Amino acid sequence: MHNFTPVSAVLGGVLIGLGAAAMLLFEGRIAGISGIVAGLLKPEKGETGWKAAFVLGLLAGGLLLRAALPGSYDFGIIRPYGVLVAAGLLVGFGTRLANGCTSGHGVCGISRFSPRSIMATLVFIASGAFVVYLVNHLGGAALR
Amino acid sequence: MKSLAISFLSGLVFALGLGISGMTRPVKVIGFLDFFGQWDASLALVMIAAVAVYFAAWRISARMGAPLDAREFRIPSRNDIDPRLIGGAAMFGAGWGLAGFCPGPAITSLASGAPAVAVFVAAMAAGMRLHQLLATRRAQAPSVLSPAADA
Repeated sequence: MHNFTPVSAVLGGVLIGLGAAAMLLFEGRIAGISGIVAGLLKPEKGETGWKAAFVLGLLAGGLLLRAALPGSYDFGIIRPYGVLVAAGLLVGFGTRLANGCTSGHGVCGISRFSPRSIMATLVFIASGAFVVYLVNHLGGAALR
Repeated sequence: MKSLAISFLSGLVFALGLGISGMTRPVKVIGFLDFFGQWDASLALVMIAAVAVYFAAWRISARMGAPLDAREFRIPSRNDIDPRLIGGAAMFGAGWGLAGFCPGPAITSLASGAPAVAVFVAAMAAGMRLHQLLATRRAQAPSVLSPAADA
């Protein structure tokens, strides 16, 4: 076990859950970030306001973190731009193909015992672990 | 107006959770995915805590006729596991493992001002747009691009 931070992990996880829970209980919406962002890229009537407000909330929270908890942006690992572009394309395209990411499938979907979300989460964690294994253990030195 | 304020505050609390939990730090994400190296289990606890809270909310919502500030719940109802779900999740996971960012933390981290985050988010938006364009084309010309899909 390495760099284990259980207290901040649980506290942060509770806040993530509360933010998503508020969207469900007040607005009846799933707080799926990839779907929300994609919805802003291709606006649908009546669906843009809350999505824009949620994303602005994320950014405002990001600014608060910058002021109060700058360690949130101790990224530790930043890949070269070429790798970030490839990764971003995979994340953007993949989350739309799968209709969700870590928030929509990983948090909201698993909590509802959605078979699609459970399967998606198993697959993206396995796939991520496979890629990290390739990079860390089988000479992905170019990426580091 | 009220619903916009609630959505804004939900996003804000969500982002604080991402920052406090370590989800905005690729070193933590990649450490979590490094099962065969020096595994950092922290993000497993993030997910368990978030799921526990959301599960409680889900149970509460099941007893409500409607949300507190909207007419109806809009919850995905699909249960089928199709190749797109698997393939998309595999692509997403590969990108997540490469960069250490998923969509929520990436958007939140734009506030850091780091150019690398902006590059990642721009590419992510391009990937989403590409999917939308391909999906539109497929919908417009199903017989040409995916003859089997209608069978």
